[in-house]
Amino acid sequence: MSNSAAPMIEMAAVSKWYSPQFQVLKDCTTSVDRGEVVVVCGPSGSGKSTLIKCVNALEPFQAGTIRVDGINLSDPGTNLPKLRARIGMVFQHFELFPHLKITENLCLAQEKVLGRSREEAMAKGKALLERVGLSEHAEKFPGQLSGGQQQRVAIARALAMDPIAMLFDEPTSALDPEMITEVLDVMVELAREGMTMMVVTHEMGFARKVAHRVVFMDRGEIIEDRSKDEFFGSPRSDRAQLFLSKILSH
Amino acid sequence: MNYNWNWGIFWELNPEGTGTYLDMLLMGLRWTLAAAALAAVIALVFGSIIGVIRTLPGRALVLAGDAWVEFFRNIPLLVQLFLWYFVLPELLPRAAGIWLKTLPNASFWTGAIGVGLFMSSRVAEQVKAGIRSLPRGQSMAGTALGLTTAQTYRYVLLPMAFRIILPPLTSELLNTVKNTSVALTIGLMELTARTRAMQEYSFQVFEAFTAATLIYLALNAALTFLMRRLERAVAVPGYVTGK
Ligand SMILES: Nc1ncnc2c1ncn2[C@@H]1O[C@H](COP(=O)(O)OP(=O)(O)O)[C@@H](O)[C@H]1O
Ligand SMILES: [Mg+2]
Repeated sequence: MSNSAAPMIEMAAVSKWYSPQFQVLKDCTTSVDRGEVVVVCGPSGSGKSTLIKCVNALEPFQAGTIRVDGINLSDPGTNLPKLRARIGMVFQHFELFPHLKITENLCLAQEKVLGRSREEAMAKGKALLERVGLSEHAEKFPGQLSGGQQQRVAIARALAMDPIAMLFDEPTSALDPEMITEVLDVMVELAREGMTMMVVTHEMGFARKVAHRVVFMDRGEIIEDRSKDEFFGSPRSDRAQLFLSKILSH
Repeated sequence: MNYNWNWGIFWELNPEGTGTYLDMLLMGLRWTLAAAALAAVIALVFGSIIGVIRTLPGRALVLAGDAWVEFFRNIPLLVQLFLWYFVLPELLPRAAGIWLKTLPNASFWTGAIGVGLFMSSRVAEQVKAGIRSLPRGQSMAGTALGLTTAQTYRYVLLPMAFRIILPPLTSELLNTVKNTSVALTIGLMELTARTRAMQEYSFQVFEAFTAATLIYLALNAALTFLMRRLERAVAVPGYVTGK
Protein backbone atom coordinates (compact mmCIF):
# COMPACT_ATOMS: atom_id res chain seq x y z
CA MET A 1 0.00 0.00 0.00
CA SER A 2 1.03 3.54 -0.56
CA ASN A 3 3.26 4.74 2.23
CA SER A 4 4.36 8.32 1.85
CA ALA A 5 7.49 7.88 3.97
CA ALA A 6 8.94 5.02 1.89
CA PRO A 7 10.84 5.77 -1.34
CA MET A 8 8.80 5.78 -4.53
CA ILE A 9 11.20 3.35 -6.22
CA GLU A 10 13.29 0.91 -4.21
CA MET A 11 15.68 -1.55 -5.83
CA ALA A 12 17.47 -4.04 -3.63
CA ALA A 13 20.21 -6.34 -4.92
CA VAL A 14 18.66 -6.67 -8.36
CA SER A 15 20.45 -9.11 -10.65
CA LYS A 16 19.53 -10.09 -14.16
CA TRP A 17 20.98 -12.55 -16.62
CA TYR A 18 20.28 -12.56 -20.36
CA SER A 19 21.89 -16.01 -20.50
CA PRO A 20 23.71 -18.16 -17.94
CA GLN A 21 26.98 -16.68 -19.20
CA PHE A 22 25.89 -13.08 -19.39
CA GLN A 23 24.87 -11.19 -16.27
CA VAL A 24 23.65 -7.78 -17.34
CA LEU A 25 22.77 -6.42 -13.87
CA LYS A 26 24.87 -7.23 -10.81
CA ASP A 27 23.41 -6.66 -7.37
CA CYS A 28 21.99 -3.24 -8.17
CA THR A 29 20.68 -1.35 -5.17
CA THR A 30 19.34 2.18 -5.29
CA SER A 31 16.19 4.14 -4.61
CA VAL A 32 14.29 7.19 -5.74
CA ASP A 33 12.41 9.20 -3.14
CA ARG A 34 9.13 10.92 -3.75
CA GLY A 35 9.79 14.11 -5.68
CA GLU A 36 13.39 13.17 -6.25
CA VAL A 37 15.17 13.34 -9.61
CA VAL A 38 17.83 10.69 -10.11
CA VAL A 39 20.04 10.72 -13.19
CA VAL A 40 21.55 7.42 -14.31
CA CYS A 41 24.62 7.59 -16.50
CA GLY A 42 27.42 5.34 -17.63
CA PRO A 43 29.07 3.97 -20.76
CA SER A 44 27.01 2.45 -23.54
CA GLY A 45 26.15 -1.17 -22.82
CA SER A 46 26.54 -0.78 -19.06
CA GLY A 47 22.93 -1.82 -18.39
CA LYS A 48 21.19 1.53 -17.88
CA SER A 49 18.27 0.76 -20.17
CA THR A 50 17.91 -2.69 -18.69
CA LEU A 51 17.91 -1.26 -15.16
CA ILE A 52 15.27 1.36 -15.87
CA LYS A 53 13.08 -1.16 -17.73
CA CYS A 54 13.13 -3.40 -14.69
CA VAL A 55 11.41 -0.64 -12.71
CA ASN A 56 8.14 -1.09 -14.58
CA ALA A 57 8.76 -4.78 -15.21
CA LEU A 58 9.26 -4.37 -18.94
CA GLU A 59 12.30 -6.55 -18.34
CA PRO A 60 12.09 -9.48 -15.93
CA PHE A 61 14.89 -9.95 -13.42
CA GLN A 62 15.98 -13.10 -11.62
CA ALA A 63 17.19 -11.92 -8.21
CA GLY A 64 16.52 -9.07 -5.82
CA THR A 65 13.41 -6.99 -5.24
CA ILE A 66 11.93 -3.85 -6.71
CA ARG A 67 9.14 -1.95 -5.01
CA VAL A 68 7.28 0.92 -6.58
CA ASP A 69 5.08 2.92 -4.25
CA GLY A 70 5.52 0.04 -1.82
CA ILE A 71 4.29 -2.57 -4.29
CA ASN A 72 6.63 -5.50 -4.86
CA LEU A 73 6.90 -6.23 -8.60
CA SER A 74 7.75 -9.89 -8.04
CA ASP A 75 4.72 -10.51 -5.86
CA PRO A 76 2.50 -12.87 -7.87
CA GLY A 77 -0.51 -10.88 -6.68
CA THR A 78 0.75 -7.66 -8.28
CA ASN A 79 -1.33 -6.49 -11.22
CA LEU A 80 1.53 -5.41 -13.50
CA PRO A 81 -0.53 -3.64 -16.21
CA LYS A 82 -2.26 -1.63 -13.50
CA LEU A 83 1.02 -0.70 -11.85
CA ARG A 84 2.67 0.17 -15.18
CA ALA A 85 -0.22 2.48 -16.01
CA ARG A 86 0.85 4.59 -13.02
CA ILE A 87 4.51 4.81 -14.11
CA GLY A 88 5.22 6.98 -17.13
CA MET A 89 7.94 5.91 -19.50
CA VAL A 90 9.68 7.84 -22.26
CA PHE A 91 11.87 6.00 -24.76
CA GLN A 92 14.93 6.95 -26.77
CA HIS A 93 13.04 6.47 -30.04
CA PHE A 94 9.79 8.09 -28.85
CA GLU A 95 7.67 5.06 -29.76
CA LEU A 96 4.57 7.00 -30.64
CA PHE A 97 2.05 4.81 -32.44
CA PRO A 98 2.53 5.83 -36.08
CA HIS A 99 -0.97 4.93 -37.30
CA LEU A 100 -2.69 7.06 -34.67
CA LYS A 101 -3.13 10.82 -34.74
CA ILE A 102 -1.44 12.73 -31.94
CA THR A 103 -4.76 13.03 -30.09
CA GLU A 104 -5.36 9.28 -30.45
CA ASN A 105 -1.88 8.57 -29.15
CA LEU A 106 -2.76 10.63 -26.10
CA CYS A 107 -6.21 9.09 -25.58
CA LEU A 108 -5.61 5.39 -26.25
CA ALA A 109 -4.35 4.23 -22.86
CA GLN A 110 -6.45 6.75 -20.94
CA GLU A 111 -9.54 5.13 -22.43
CA LYS A 112 -8.48 1.47 -22.65
CA VAL A 113 -6.56 1.28 -19.38
CA LEU A 114 -8.01 3.95 -17.10
CA GLY A 115 -11.51 3.71 -18.55
CA ARG A 116 -11.84 7.45 -19.08
CA SER A 117 -14.50 8.72 -21.43
CA ARG A 118 -13.49 10.13 -24.79
CA GLU A 119 -14.31 13.70 -23.65
CA GLU A 120 -12.30 13.34 -20.46
CA ALA A 121 -9.33 11.79 -22.27
CA MET A 122 -9.46 14.41 -25.01
CA ALA A 123 -9.59 17.28 -22.53
CA LYS A 124 -6.62 15.87 -20.65
CA GLY A 125 -4.69 15.20 -23.84
CA LYS A 126 -5.35 18.67 -25.24
CA ALA A 127 -4.29 20.33 -22.00
CA LEU A 128 -1.01 18.41 -22.01
CA LEU A 129 -0.38 19.17 -25.68
CA GLU A 130 -0.84 22.82 -24.84
CA ARG A 131 1.61 22.43 -22.03
CA VAL A 132 4.33 20.95 -24.25
CA GLY A 133 3.59 23.63 -26.83
CA LEU A 134 2.13 21.44 -29.58
CA SER A 135 -1.58 22.26 -29.66
CA GLU A 136 -1.54 23.10 -33.36
CA HIS A 137 -0.28 19.59 -34.18
CA ALA A 138 -3.13 17.71 -32.46
CA GLU A 139 -4.59 16.33 -35.69
CA LYS A 140 -1.31 15.29 -37.26
CA PHE A 141 0.32 11.88 -37.34
CA PRO A 142 3.63 11.21 -35.56
CA GLY A 143 5.50 10.86 -38.87
CA GLN A 144 4.60 14.46 -39.69
CA LEU A 145 6.37 15.82 -36.61
CA SER A 146 10.06 16.44 -35.97
CA GLY A 147 11.93 14.23 -33.50
CA GLY A 148 11.81 16.86 -30.77
CA GLN A 149 8.09 17.34 -31.26
CA GLN A 150 7.49 13.60 -31.20
CA GLN A 151 9.39 13.26 -27.95
CA ARG A 152 7.36 16.06 -26.38
CA VAL A 153 4.18 14.25 -27.45
CA ALA A 154 5.59 11.06 -25.93
CA ILE A 155 6.11 12.89 -22.63
CA ALA A 156 2.57 14.26 -22.82
CA ARG A 157 1.25 10.76 -23.52
CA ALA A 158 2.95 9.46 -20.38
CA LEU A 159 1.73 12.40 -18.29
CA ALA A 160 -1.84 11.86 -19.48
CA MET A 161 -1.94 8.77 -17.27
CA ASP A 162 -1.33 10.93 -14.14
CA PRO A 163 1.82 8.98 -13.28
CA ILE A 164 3.29 8.78 -9.78
CA ALA A 165 6.78 8.61 -11.32
CA MET A 166 8.39 9.09 -14.73
CA LEU A 167 11.13 6.98 -16.29
CA PHE A 168 13.21 8.39 -19.14
CA ASP A 169 15.58 6.23 -21.18
CA GLU A 170 17.97 8.54 -23.06
CA PRO A 171 15.12 10.80 -24.18
CA THR A 172 17.35 13.14 -26.17
CA SER A 173 20.03 10.89 -27.62
CA ALA A 174 18.14 10.19 -30.86
CA LEU A 175 17.55 13.90 -31.45
CA ASP A 176 19.36 16.39 -33.62
CA PRO A 177 21.26 18.81 -31.38
CA GLU A 178 18.93 21.75 -32.06
CA MET A 179 15.96 19.79 -30.73
CA ILE A 180 17.48 18.63 -27.48
CA THR A 181 16.71 21.82 -25.58
CA GLU A 182 12.98 21.82 -26.30
CA VAL A 183 12.71 18.34 -24.77
CA LEU A 184 14.98 19.08 -21.82
CA ASP A 185 12.98 22.24 -21.08
CA VAL A 186 9.84 20.15 -20.64
CA MET A 187 11.72 17.75 -18.37
CA VAL A 188 13.23 20.52 -16.28
CA GLU A 189 9.78 22.01 -15.75
CA LEU A 190 8.46 18.61 -14.67
CA ALA A 191 11.31 18.16 -12.24
CA ARG A 192 10.72 21.59 -10.74
CA GLU A 193 7.06 20.73 -10.22
CA GLY A 194 8.15 17.87 -8.00
CA MET A 195 7.68 14.89 -10.31
CA THR A 196 9.56 11.79 -9.20
CA MET A 197 11.94 11.04 -12.06
CA MET A 198 14.52 8.45 -12.98
CA VAL A 199 16.40 9.65 -16.03
CA VAL A 200 19.00 7.80 -18.06
CA THR A 201 20.87 10.55 -19.86
CA HIS A 202 24.27 11.87 -20.77
CA GLU A 203 23.04 15.46 -20.59
CA MET A 204 25.14 16.52 -17.64
CA GLY A 205 23.76 20.04 -17.94
CA PHE A 206 20.34 18.64 -17.14
CA ALA A 207 21.80 16.64 -14.25
CA ARG A 208 23.49 19.71 -12.79
CA LYS A 209 20.35 21.75 -13.12
CA VAL A 210 17.69 19.47 -11.60
CA ALA A 211 19.09 16.15 -10.42
CA HIS A 212 19.20 15.40 -6.73
CA ARG A 213 21.34 12.31 -7.15
CA VAL A 214 23.47 10.72 -9.84
CA VAL A 215 23.89 6.99 -10.29
CA PHE A 216 26.88 5.88 -12.33
CA MET A 217 26.84 2.41 -13.85
CA ASP A 218 29.51 0.35 -15.52
CA ARG A 219 29.35 -3.26 -16.71
CA GLY A 220 26.07 -3.94 -14.95
CA GLU A 221 27.13 -2.54 -11.61
CA ILE A 222 26.20 0.62 -9.79
CA ILE A 223 29.62 2.13 -9.16
CA GLU A 224 28.54 5.46 -7.72
CA ASP A 225 25.26 6.55 -6.18
CA ARG A 226 25.73 9.97 -4.70
CA SER A 227 24.26 13.42 -4.36
CA LYS A 228 24.74 15.59 -7.41
CA ASP A 229 27.21 17.90 -5.69
CA GLU A 230 29.31 15.00 -4.45
CA PHE A 231 29.27 13.33 -7.83
CA PHE A 232 30.33 16.35 -9.83
CA GLY A 233 32.62 17.52 -7.06
CA SER A 234 34.72 14.42 -6.73
CA PRO A 235 33.62 11.16 -8.31
CA ARG A 236 35.57 8.60 -6.36
CA SER A 237 35.93 5.85 -8.92
CA ASP A 238 38.42 6.01 -11.77
CA ARG A 239 35.78 4.73 -14.12
CA ALA A 240 33.36 7.54 -13.29
CA GLN A 241 36.15 10.07 -13.64
CA LEU A 242 37.13 8.68 -17.03
CA PHE A 243 33.50 8.68 -18.15
CA LEU A 244 32.93 12.26 -17.03
CA SER A 245 36.07 13.52 -18.70
CA LYS A 246 34.98 11.86 -21.95
CA ILE A 247 31.47 13.23 -22.09
CA LEU A 248 32.30 16.65 -20.71
CA SER A 249 35.07 17.14 -23.25
CA HIS A 250 32.52 17.55 -26.04
CA MET B 1 -3.67 -28.02 -87.61
CA ASN B 2 -7.19 -28.70 -88.60
CA TYR B 3 -9.25 -26.69 -86.14
CA ASN B 4 -12.65 -25.12 -86.53
CA TRP B 5 -12.61 -21.76 -84.76
CA ASN B 6 -16.01 -20.85 -83.44
CA TRP B 7 -16.14 -17.83 -81.14
CA GLY B 8 -19.92 -17.98 -81.33
CA ILE B 9 -19.83 -21.15 -79.24
CA PHE B 10 -20.40 -19.18 -76.03
CA TRP B 11 -23.90 -18.28 -77.14
CA GLU B 12 -24.82 -21.83 -78.11
CA LEU B 13 -26.79 -23.99 -75.70
CA ASN B 14 -24.82 -26.44 -73.59
CA PRO B 15 -25.92 -30.09 -73.50
CA GLU B 16 -26.51 -29.96 -69.72
CA GLY B 17 -29.64 -27.92 -70.30
CA THR B 18 -28.40 -25.06 -68.11
CA GLY B 19 -28.39 -22.38 -70.80
CA THR B 20 -25.51 -21.32 -73.02
CA TYR B 21 -21.87 -22.31 -72.70
CA LEU B 22 -21.22 -18.83 -71.35
CA ASP B 23 -23.81 -19.44 -68.63
CA MET B 24 -21.94 -22.63 -67.82
CA LEU B 25 -18.63 -20.82 -67.41
CA LEU B 26 -20.24 -18.08 -65.33
CA MET B 27 -21.77 -20.72 -63.09
CA GLY B 28 -18.25 -22.06 -62.62
CA LEU B 29 -17.02 -18.54 -61.87
CA ARG B 30 -19.63 -18.25 -59.15
CA TRP B 31 -18.29 -21.38 -57.43
CA THR B 32 -14.74 -20.09 -57.84
CA LEU B 33 -15.74 -16.81 -56.23
CA ALA B 34 -17.59 -18.50 -53.38
CA ALA B 35 -14.73 -20.93 -52.69
CA ALA B 36 -12.11 -18.17 -52.91
CA ALA B 37 -14.09 -15.89 -50.58
CA LEU B 38 -14.55 -18.58 -47.94
CA ALA B 39 -10.94 -19.75 -48.31
CA ALA B 40 -9.65 -16.17 -48.02
CA VAL B 41 -11.65 -15.57 -44.82
CA ILE B 42 -10.39 -18.83 -43.31
CA ALA B 43 -6.81 -18.06 -44.38
CA LEU B 44 -6.99 -14.58 -42.90
CA VAL B 45 -8.61 -15.59 -39.60
CA PHE B 46 -6.47 -18.68 -38.94
CA GLY B 47 -3.35 -17.11 -40.44
CA SER B 48 -3.70 -14.07 -38.17
CA ILE B 49 -4.28 -16.14 -35.04
CA ILE B 50 -1.41 -18.52 -35.79
CA GLY B 51 0.88 -15.67 -36.85
CA VAL B 52 0.20 -13.80 -33.60
CA ILE B 53 0.64 -16.94 -31.51
CA ARG B 54 4.08 -17.46 -33.01
CA THR B 55 5.23 -14.06 -31.72
CA LEU B 56 4.03 -14.60 -28.13
CA PRO B 57 6.47 -15.45 -25.35
CA GLY B 58 4.89 -18.82 -24.44
CA ARG B 59 7.03 -21.67 -25.75
CA ALA B 60 4.26 -24.27 -26.11
CA LEU B 61 2.07 -21.91 -28.13
CA VAL B 62 4.93 -21.01 -30.46
CA LEU B 63 5.64 -24.71 -31.08
CA ALA B 64 1.97 -25.38 -31.80
CA GLY B 65 1.92 -22.45 -34.24
CA ASP B 66 5.11 -23.64 -35.94
CA ALA B 67 3.65 -27.16 -36.26
CA TRP B 68 0.52 -25.74 -37.91
CA VAL B 69 2.55 -23.78 -40.44
CA GLU B 70 4.89 -26.67 -41.26
CA PHE B 71 2.00 -29.11 -41.69
CA PHE B 72 -0.06 -26.98 -44.04
CA ARG B 73 2.88 -25.52 -45.91
CA ASN B 74 4.86 -28.66 -46.62
CA ILE B 75 2.19 -31.01 -47.95
CA PRO B 76 1.08 -30.33 -51.54
CA LEU B 77 -2.35 -28.73 -51.74
CA LEU B 78 -3.62 -31.55 -53.94
CA VAL B 79 -2.63 -34.14 -51.34
CA GLN B 80 -4.27 -32.06 -48.59
CA LEU B 81 -7.57 -31.92 -50.46
CA PHE B 82 -7.45 -35.70 -51.04
CA LEU B 83 -6.70 -36.18 -47.34
CA TRP B 84 -9.73 -34.15 -46.25
CA TYR B 85 -12.03 -35.49 -48.94
CA PHE B 86 -11.14 -39.17 -49.28
CA VAL B 87 -9.11 -40.14 -46.20
CA LEU B 88 -10.63 -38.17 -43.33
CA PRO B 89 -14.15 -39.71 -43.65
CA GLU B 90 -12.59 -43.20 -43.43
CA LEU B 91 -10.69 -42.30 -40.25
CA LEU B 92 -13.74 -40.92 -38.47
CA PRO B 93 -16.27 -43.11 -36.67
CA ARG B 94 -18.56 -44.69 -39.31
CA ALA B 95 -21.57 -42.46 -38.72
CA ALA B 96 -19.53 -39.26 -38.81
CA GLY B 97 -17.73 -40.44 -41.94
CA ILE B 98 -20.99 -41.10 -43.76
CA TRP B 99 -22.40 -37.77 -42.60
CA LEU B 100 -19.34 -36.01 -44.03
CA LYS B 101 -19.44 -37.82 -47.35
CA THR B 102 -23.13 -37.14 -47.88
CA LEU B 103 -23.01 -33.50 -46.87
CA PRO B 104 -24.64 -31.34 -49.56
CA ASN B 105 -21.91 -29.55 -51.58
CA ALA B 106 -19.25 -31.60 -49.77
CA SER B 107 -16.66 -30.83 -52.45
CA PHE B 108 -17.29 -27.10 -52.04
CA TRP B 109 -16.88 -27.10 -48.27
CA THR B 110 -13.89 -29.43 -48.36
CA GLY B 111 -12.26 -27.51 -51.20
CA ALA B 112 -12.77 -24.05 -49.71
CA ILE B 113 -11.77 -25.05 -46.19
CA GLY B 114 -8.83 -27.07 -47.52
CA VAL B 115 -7.50 -24.20 -49.62
CA GLY B 116 -8.17 -21.81 -46.71
CA LEU B 117 -6.14 -23.89 -44.25
CA PHE B 118 -3.35 -24.35 -46.79
CA MET B 119 -3.21 -20.58 -47.34
CA SER B 120 -3.44 -19.87 -43.60
CA SER B 121 0.10 -21.17 -43.20
CA ARG B 122 1.33 -18.59 -45.67
CA VAL B 123 -0.70 -15.77 -44.12
CA ALA B 124 0.67 -16.81 -40.72
CA GLU B 125 4.19 -16.39 -42.06
CA GLN B 126 3.37 -12.90 -43.33
CA VAL B 127 1.65 -11.84 -40.10
CA LYS B 128 4.57 -13.06 -38.03
CA ALA B 129 7.06 -11.27 -40.27
CA GLY B 130 4.95 -8.10 -40.12
CA ILE B 131 4.86 -8.08 -36.32
CA ARG B 132 8.58 -8.89 -36.15
CA SER B 133 9.39 -6.00 -38.47
CA LEU B 134 8.03 -3.47 -35.96
CA PRO B 135 10.53 -1.90 -33.56
CA ARG B 136 10.62 -3.76 -30.25
CA GLY B 137 9.95 -0.44 -28.53
CA GLN B 138 6.42 -0.37 -29.93
CA SER B 139 5.18 -3.27 -27.85
CA MET B 140 7.19 -1.95 -24.90
CA ALA B 141 5.49 1.42 -25.24
CA GLY B 142 2.08 -0.25 -25.24
CA THR B 143 2.97 -2.39 -22.26
CA ALA B 144 4.47 0.56 -20.40
CA LEU B 145 1.19 2.46 -20.78
CA GLY B 146 -0.56 -0.37 -18.97
CA LEU B 147 -2.13 -2.04 -22.00
CA THR B 148 -2.47 -5.80 -21.66
CA THR B 149 -0.76 -8.06 -24.20
CA ALA B 150 -4.06 -8.51 -26.06
CA GLN B 151 -4.66 -4.74 -26.11
CA THR B 152 -1.11 -4.07 -27.28
CA TYR B 153 -1.62 -6.42 -30.21
CA ARG B 154 -5.08 -5.07 -31.00
CA TYR B 155 -4.34 -1.34 -30.82
CA VAL B 156 -0.60 -1.02 -31.39
CA LEU B 157 1.05 -3.92 -33.20
CA LEU B 158 -1.53 -5.41 -35.56
CA PRO B 159 -2.74 -2.14 -37.14
CA MET B 160 0.81 -1.40 -38.29
CA ALA B 161 1.75 -5.02 -39.04
CA PHE B 162 -1.25 -5.47 -41.36
CA ARG B 163 -0.50 -2.23 -43.17
CA ILE B 164 3.06 -3.36 -43.75
CA ILE B 165 2.06 -6.78 -45.08
CA LEU B 166 -0.78 -5.62 -47.33
CA PRO B 167 1.29 -5.99 -50.55
CA PRO B 168 2.32 -9.61 -49.84
CA LEU B 169 -1.22 -10.34 -48.60
CA THR B 170 -2.46 -9.22 -52.01
CA SER B 171 -0.34 -11.92 -53.68
CA GLU B 172 -1.62 -14.47 -51.20
CA LEU B 173 -5.17 -13.46 -52.04
CA LEU B 174 -4.47 -13.99 -55.75
CA ASN B 175 -2.90 -17.36 -54.93
CA THR B 176 -6.03 -18.27 -52.98
CA VAL B 177 -8.19 -17.56 -56.03
CA LYS B 178 -5.93 -19.59 -58.31
CA ASN B 179 -5.63 -22.47 -55.86
CA THR B 180 -9.39 -23.01 -55.76
CA SER B 181 -8.97 -24.62 -59.20
CA VAL B 182 -7.30 -27.59 -57.50
CA ALA B 183 -10.68 -28.37 -55.93
CA LEU B 184 -11.86 -29.66 -59.32
CA THR B 185 -10.00 -32.86 -58.42
CA ILE B 186 -12.49 -33.51 -55.63
CA GLY B 187 -15.41 -32.68 -57.88
CA LEU B 188 -16.01 -28.96 -57.34
CA MET B 189 -17.49 -27.62 -60.59
CA GLU B 190 -15.66 -24.30 -60.43
CA LEU B 191 -14.40 -22.28 -63.39
CA THR B 192 -11.58 -24.57 -64.49
CA ALA B 193 -13.79 -27.66 -64.20
CA ARG B 194 -16.53 -25.96 -66.24
CA THR B 195 -13.98 -24.97 -68.86
CA ARG B 196 -12.88 -28.57 -69.25
CA ALA B 197 -16.50 -29.69 -69.45
CA MET B 198 -17.11 -27.15 -72.20
CA GLN B 199 -14.08 -28.44 -74.08
CA GLU B 200 -15.29 -32.02 -73.78
CA TYR B 201 -18.82 -31.21 -74.94
CA SER B 202 -17.90 -28.84 -77.77
CA PHE B 203 -14.27 -29.72 -78.70
CA GLN B 204 -13.63 -25.91 -78.79
CA VAL B 205 -10.58 -26.21 -76.54
CA PHE B 206 -8.97 -22.88 -77.50
CA GLU B 207 -12.09 -20.79 -77.11
CA ALA B 208 -12.91 -22.42 -73.77
CA PHE B 209 -9.49 -21.90 -72.24
CA THR B 210 -9.09 -18.42 -73.72
CA ALA B 211 -12.31 -17.47 -71.96
CA ALA B 212 -11.15 -19.06 -68.68
CA THR B 213 -7.80 -17.29 -68.93
CA LEU B 214 -9.44 -13.92 -69.50
CA ILE B 215 -11.88 -14.44 -66.63
CA TYR B 216 -9.07 -15.33 -64.18
CA LEU B 217 -7.03 -12.36 -65.40
CA ALA B 218 -9.95 -9.97 -65.03
CA LEU B 219 -10.81 -11.32 -61.59
CA ASN B 220 -7.28 -10.98 -60.28
CA ALA B 221 -6.82 -7.58 -61.90
CA ALA B 222 -9.96 -6.41 -60.11
CA LEU B 223 -8.70 -7.81 -56.78
CA THR B 224 -5.30 -6.17 -57.27
CA PHE B 225 -6.99 -2.86 -58.01
CA LEU B 226 -9.16 -3.11 -54.89
CA MET B 227 -6.19 -4.02 -52.71
CA ARG B 228 -4.21 -1.04 -54.03
CA ARG B 229 -7.17 1.18 -53.18
CA LEU B 230 -7.22 -0.32 -49.70
CA GLU B 231 -3.46 0.25 -49.33
CA ARG B 232 -3.90 3.89 -50.22
CA ALA B 233 -6.93 4.28 -47.98
CA VAL B 234 -5.10 3.02 -44.90
CA ALA B 235 -1.70 4.56 -45.67
CA VAL B 236 -0.35 6.46 -42.68
CA PRO B 237 0.50 10.11 -43.43
CA GLY B 238 4.17 10.82 -42.88
CA TYR B 239 5.07 7.19 -42.22
CA VAL B 240 8.10 5.97 -44.13
CA THR B 241 8.62 2.22 -44.10
CA GLY B 242 12.01 1.02 -43.05
CA LYS B 243 12.58 4.13 -40.99
N1 LIG C 1 17.45 -8.58 -25.20
C1 LIG C 1 18.77 -8.71 -24.95
N2 LIG C 1 19.36 -9.92 -25.04
C2 LIG C 1 20.68 -10.06 -24.79
N3 LIG C 1 21.50 -9.07 -24.44
C3 LIG C 1 20.97 -7.83 -24.34
C4 LIG C 1 19.59 -7.58 -24.58
N4 LIG C 1 19.35 -6.26 -24.41
C5 LIG C 1 20.53 -5.72 -24.06
N5 LIG C 1 21.52 -6.65 -24.02
C6 LIG C 1 22.92 -6.42 -23.64
O1 LIG C 1 22.93 -6.03 -22.30
C7 LIG C 1 23.90 -5.03 -22.10
C8 LIG C 1 23.27 -3.80 -21.48
O2 LIG C 1 22.37 -3.24 -22.40
P1 LIG C 1 21.59 -1.89 -22.10
O3 LIG C 1 20.86 -2.04 -20.82
O4 LIG C 1 20.81 -1.56 -23.29
O5 LIG C 1 22.80 -0.87 -21.92
P2 LIG C 1 22.81 0.71 -21.95
O6 LIG C 1 21.39 1.18 -21.95
O7 LIG C 1 23.55 1.10 -20.73
O8 LIG C 1 23.54 1.10 -23.18
C9 LIG C 1 24.54 -4.75 -23.44
O9 LIG C 1 25.74 -5.49 -23.50
C10 LIG C 1 23.56 -5.29 -24.41
O10 LIG C 1 24.20 -5.75 -25.57
MG1 LIG D 1 20.36 2.29 -23.40
